[in-house]
Amino acid sequence: MTPVTSTERERVRADLVRARSARSAREGLIKGILVLAALLSIATTTAIVFTLLQQTLSFFGTVSPWDYFTGTKWTPLLAGDQQSFGVLPLLWGTFYLTGIGLLVAIPCGLLAAIYLSEFAKPRVRKAVKPILELLAGMPTIIFGYFALTFVTPTILRGLLGIPVKQFNGLSAGLVLGILVIPTIASVSEDAMRSVPSSLREGAYGLGAGRLQVALRVVFPAALSGIVAALILGASRAVGETVIILIAGGQEPSMTLNPTQSFQSMASFIAATARGDIPQNTLKYETIFVVGFTLFCVTLLLNGVSAKVVGRFRQVYE
Amino acid sequence: MTGAQIAANALEGIRHGERKRLAAQLFNGLMYGAIGLAFLALVALIGQTAVKGLPGLSLQFLTNFPSRINPSTSGAQSAIVGTVYLTLLTAVFVIPVGIATALYLEEYADKTRWWNRLIEVNIQNLAAVPSVVYGILGLAFIVRGPLGLGPVLLAGGLTLGLLVLPVVIIVARESIRAVPPSIRDGALALGATKWQTVSRQVLPSARAGIVTGVILSLSRAIGETAPLLVIGAASSPRFNPSGLNDAFTALPIQIFTWTQDPNPQFVDQAATASIVLLLILLGMNGIAIVLRHRYEQRW
Amino acid sequence: MSSLDESLPEPTGAEVLPGESLRTSEVMSSLDHHETGIPSSEAGPQMTIFDCRDVEVFYGSHQAIRDVSLSFGLREVTALIGPSGCGKSTFLRCLNRMNDLIPSAKVGGHVIYHGQDLYAPEIDPVQVRKRIGMVFQKPNPFPKSIYDNVAFGPRVVGMEGDMDEIVERALVRGALWEEVKDRLDENAFGMSGGQQQRLCIARALATDPDVLLMDEPCSALDPISTGRIEDLMSELKERISIVIVTHNMQQAARVSDKTAFFNVELAADEKSRTGVVVEYDATETIFTNPSDKRTEDYVTGKFG
Repeated sequence: MTPVTSTERERVRADLVRARSARSAREGLIKGILVLAALLSIATTTAIVFTLLQQTLSFFGTVSPWDYFTGTKWTPLLAGDQQSFGVLPLLWGTFYLTGIGLLVAIPCGLLAAIYLSEFAKPRVRKAVKPILELLAGMPTIIFGYFALTFVTPTILRGLLGIPVKQFNGLSAGLVLGILVIPTIASVSEDAMRSVPSSLREGAYGLGAGRLQVALRVVFPAALSGIVAALILGASRAVGETVIILIAGGQEPSMTLNPTQSFQSMASFIAATARGDIPQNTLKYETIFVVGFTLFCVTLLLNGVSAKVVGRFRQVYE
Repeated sequence: MTGAQIAANALEGIRHGERKRLAAQLFNGLMYGAIGLAFLALVALIGQTAVKGLPGLSLQFLTNFPSRINPSTSGAQSAIVGTVYLTLLTAVFVIPVGIATALYLEEYADKTRWWNRLIEVNIQNLAAVPSVVYGILGLAFIVRGPLGLGPVLLAGGLTLGLLVLPVVIIVARESIRAVPPSIRDGALALGATKWQTVSRQVLPSARAGIVTGVILSLSRAIGETAPLLVIGAASSPRFNPSGLNDAFTALPIQIFTWTQDPNPQFVDQAATASIVLLLILLGMNGIAIVLRHRYEQRW
Repeated sequence: MSSLDESLPEPTGAEVLPGESLRTSEVMSSLDHHETGIPSSEAGPQMTIFDCRDVEVFYGSHQAIRDVSLSFGLREVTALIGPSGCGKSTFLRCLNRMNDLIPSAKVGGHVIYHGQDLYAPEIDPVQVRKRIGMVFQKPNPFPKSIYDNVAFGPRVVGMEGDMDEIVERALVRGALWEEVKDRLDENAFGMSGGQQQRLCIARALATDPDVLLMDEPCSALDPISTGRIEDLMSELKERISIVIVTHNMQQAARVSDKTAFFNVELAADEKSRTGVVVEYDATETIFTNPSDKRTEDYVTGKFG
């Protein structure tokens, strides 16, 4: 059992100092690559904002913002003095159809969420969740096809006898609602399941029934998460393009009559922008200004939702 | 309390109990109705697509190119091929960039620094931007503008890649975060460098979640119509893209084109193409489930 | 500080007396001066594996430990005992620069290992951790095969040699070979807790360290596994030095040659608590005849 000699110590020392710079360089390079990747996301946002803003400002050089934001006629494709750039019909179309959709999606989604979170036995839950997940995974184009070829002729005109036009807001709005049900249901359900079981047990202990616990204890406790779910659903509906494009038509309206055709901001963009529009035309710029409007609306909704969720998380942490 | 009062209280209690029961039953009915509505909608959706689309599903449909005149010789080959190519392109772009970003945010970034938090918030925001806006970005930046690629396959892949990148990052981060710190400590204590720890222990352990997330994101990308419409995907091309620089289409675009056709037989072809799209999605989800099972890490 | 002086073994040329400032070169020269080249148990060069002087750790603005000056004997088992939260694990992590990984941690003082201050700027912490192994409180095998667990260390540090032999040697030293030699490909997660911890020990031994740091290695294990690991420690100390943090006083009494007793002290502002070394002596002394009353109170169970 020899003690450590000084030559061994020298070797140890050399060992400890060895290769530091080579290794550091390599690790630093790797970190640099990763940083670059992360910066791409910033670059994307910058590009989006820059692109949208640039064309928007150019647009506002020709059309006054006042006319844009307060005008009630949106006819950018017409010529001469028939041409009008009031965006209100598009905003109306967007929110009106979202509203119709939420009328369907909110009760259905919340009830489904309450059921899955508070009432369903695990086996039933296992059977029901896939329904929502399947609905959530469907490409929206198929929803659009469904609205056009089934909801409008068979349900609305046929079953319910409503005299809707071929392209109408009711069909688009209802299918929009079906699209959004899974979003509202699953996010609300997560919120409700996150409520600590101690709250439920306390209420059960006081003699409350299942329904009362669900509605009076869990639901209020999960309220911020549920509100976030609703906002998320609304945001999803606001951004949806193809359903409205196919089923809602390409004519904007500013009426409460859902049998008319409607156009939303998103469906206008998709209808107008095809790869062959000449640049630097007013028509080209309308895509961007409407896109920018849509972007701001979604950002606002997302921001509000994030704030609500942030408050929600704090409560239980 | 008098007997009458006790009886009145009891009756009140019974009526209250009855009301409670009635309310509970009513509510039960509403809940089942909600689930039923969702179920019915799903059934109707798939049913309509199947009823209208199955008759047209044949080998010819898969191998023919789309026609604008004759439905009976029309098929979706260019759309199917385009979808497959787009999926591969998107994957090639999104997997390295998404994982690298997630690794940076989870393993390397000092979370107290404001710029790192900005990146995080930014990614959350990007995930909520409507897909049509990504189409505008693709049009202005990739098809025209700085990159100027034209409405070609590569542009489509990049646009879809940017669209699903935030989702991939978010999912990858969650998977990486699920790896317990004790694994990292153990590796580092043995003399591994940070990158060795990340690449040899953390990433392999996070594999299942990342793979599942990537496949689900790709599923989403495949089903997107709006961005491809905006960047100018071709409608009913009678050729397959021969390279990255060629015009292209995809199943959602072809479906859309056919729904716009006045001839109802073409509209039915939209349903047939939808079935093909759904089958592809089914296949991808199946792969995701199998892979998740194989790689799943229970701690 | 005076109690520390009295309880240290008789100073040899390698020791540094308190009050003297420490420079690595000074230590080196004092060692060279006394080198005889003749192996001997008492006199001669370095008989300690670590010489720590004035080690302190801050987490942000909170001082977790201060004024820790200890020397750990070569090829001995040293135990660090004390109540919860008095910085024993924090100090242990200073010895292999694991505190570097905590962003808010700042380490001050000197940790001299083989004559080299581990916190000198030119030192590579990755190399430090190759030579100083660590075993954690909760067994943390990788979700890989037993073989890959043991091979991981040698692979990442680029150890040369036949990997099969390296793995076998490590498992033999970790007293695990006989049990697993026929199932090296099996996933480590299938092992029992005690086996997993022995795997972690074998894994740490694979890079041929000369020190093993053990942070409450048996606290999550049953008594039989604990016993086996304690036996293992007695075998291991023939070749390597061990520093073990333990909550279990009986364990410290069983396995260690020397014991250091840590305790918390209230800072001047009475708001924060800082860990300090109260007493450090041969294990037998600590447990049967401690010099400090606080030590006595702790080992007799009056608090802790």
